[in-house]
Amino acid sequence: MIDGMINYPKIQAGKMRIKRETLLSVALITPSVLAIAIFVYGFIGWTARVSLSKWKGLLPDYTWVGLENFLGLFKDPRFHIDIRNTLIFTVIFVIGSLIIGLGLAILLDQNIKGEGFFRSLYLFPMAISFIVTGVVWRWLMNPATGSRMSGLNLLFDALGLDFLISRWHTTPYWGIAFIALPAIWQMSGYTMALYLGGLRGIPVELREAAQVDGANEVQIYQFIILPLLRPITLSAMIILGHISLKVFDLIIAVAGKQLPLDVPAIYMWQVTFDGYFFGRGAAIGILLLLSVAVLIVPYLIYTLRSEAEL
Amino acid sequence: MIARKGIKNWYIYIPLVMAAFFYLIPMYVMLVTGFKGFEEVSLKTMWNFPKEIRFDNFIAAYKALAPYLWNSFNMVFPAAIISSILGSLNGYVLAKWKFKGSDIIFPAILFGMFIPYQSILIPLVEFMRDINLYGGLPGLVLAHVIYGIPITTLTFRNYYATIPKELIEASRIDGCGLLSSYWHILLPISAPAFVVVIIWQFTSAWNDFLFAVVLTSPSNWPVTVALNNMAGSQIIAWNVQMAGSFLAALPTLLVYIFLGRYFLRGLMAGALKG
Repeated sequence: MIDGMINYPKIQAGKMRIKRETLLSVALITPSVLAIAIFVYGFIGWTARVSLSKWKGLLPDYTWVGLENFLGLFKDPRFHIDIRNTLIFTVIFVIGSLIIGLGLAILLDQNIKGEGFFRSLYLFPMAISFIVTGVVWRWLMNPATGSRMSGLNLLFDALGLDFLISRWHTTPYWGIAFIALPAIWQMSGYTMALYLGGLRGIPVELREAAQVDGANEVQIYQFIILPLLRPITLSAMIILGHISLKVFDLIIAVAGKQLPLDVPAIYMWQVTFDGYFFGRGAAIGILLLLSVAVLIVPYLIYTLRSEAEL
Repeated sequence: MIARKGIKNWYIYIPLVMAAFFYLIPMYVMLVTGFKGFEEVSLKTMWNFPKEIRFDNFIAAYKALAPYLWNSFNMVFPAAIISSILGSLNGYVLAKWKFKGSDIIFPAILFGMFIPYQSILIPLVEFMRDINLYGGLPGLVLAHVIYGIPITTLTFRNYYATIPKELIEASRIDGCGLLSSYWHILLPISAPAFVVVIIWQFTSAWNDFLFAVVLTSPSNWPVTVALNNMAGSQIIAWNVQMAGSFLAALPTLLVYIFLGRYFLRGLMAGALKG
């Protein structure tokens, strides 16, 4: 809050200098601020305008049609599939990542040998692109049966775990749930890192005090540690949730563009750049933005405010 | 004083090792497939070790992907470096030279980090066409630079916030102005933040698919787009796809293996926990 410039205002020359330097500091960030103003906020406004226009075809057409594109979407069966798929994917992906992440973080927090090794191993999928993950999992989740069986199904068959053999993402209705598996593979290590950071932030004295009071290890977790980790869970849910609303390349790489596995991001891409229905594509973009903003704006306000209080 | 008691039982390693297998399965499949000779490749034996180490698949994958790998390299370095420099300047001003309105500008910049890019894609394409950068790598670099500004600004601002303001004040008494304080005091100690940010930007630009597929024409595709295209085609065998996936993952994997702890810091900044 208080910074360097406070010490100088007594002197007139100092005042001049501060004024000049304030201008300079503003000038220094102006290029970035302008870029963000145009490429983020200006473009969002532009997309909003397109979403209210008739534009369908190669040439721009900004004829005002009100909310027609949005109403068209809500009546569109494909968009209903998209919303359902996004919900199923989000629930499984977020809950799966949280459970695995928390579990691994608690295990790693037990003063075990080789902690650094395990931690790096769980985290490395974060360094890989969703496309690479998707291409590999596409072969791991190969749904072919019988003599053409391969991937994980073949492994399960060889290990006598036949009950695990699955049609994966080609399962009717629930196919999208299996796309969450590679997503969990990729992001659960990150969730673990968040939780591990939280666990390391809990003062040892708290655990000691509970031990003195006769609490066992399970009770310490149940009554002290888990409640203290709630803010981490909230941040992780928001970060994972906003990733799942944007999920796009992973599905493309695992399964290509197919209707049963469609999500808003894929619909937007296809309807805009393959179908040239820019009005509808823009409407999907705006709806995605609104759903992300509902998560992110309160989170940003909360985080920056609690930071300011420190 | 009671020392914190760790569970010393061996069975704690069972879930840890099982989880390790889970995370390693895709790497295992990529590598054992990649090192098999063409005649040995079959979906039936995809889990078996190669009988002899051969490089057929990697050579075929490299031949197919080489131009796109170079496109990626040519794109990620300028993207990472330019957005890091901008982030450093912004972070300096926002941490040490707060002015009226800077408390609004900072969250407004940060929001750009979270937006779904579908909400700016149509104007982005139109704009790139208007300024004649559509289809080529410079346009893609520009997109990565600009949409990288929020995370680089956040990381540098958090880093500079930990540097005592007395350092800046002392330099001002010595006659340093805004720019010379940055140049002589902050920049020389910025290396850790630069490493974090450049690694982060390198990884996210390398791994990006959406901007690349929308903004570049086929000859300028980065490797993610080319790999996805290769995987979608029926002509290229799955074993070559696996080897290609490994090649496409290798640069960021190497960065992770050698500079992993910095990478982790970049991740944490993404969670606003710098």
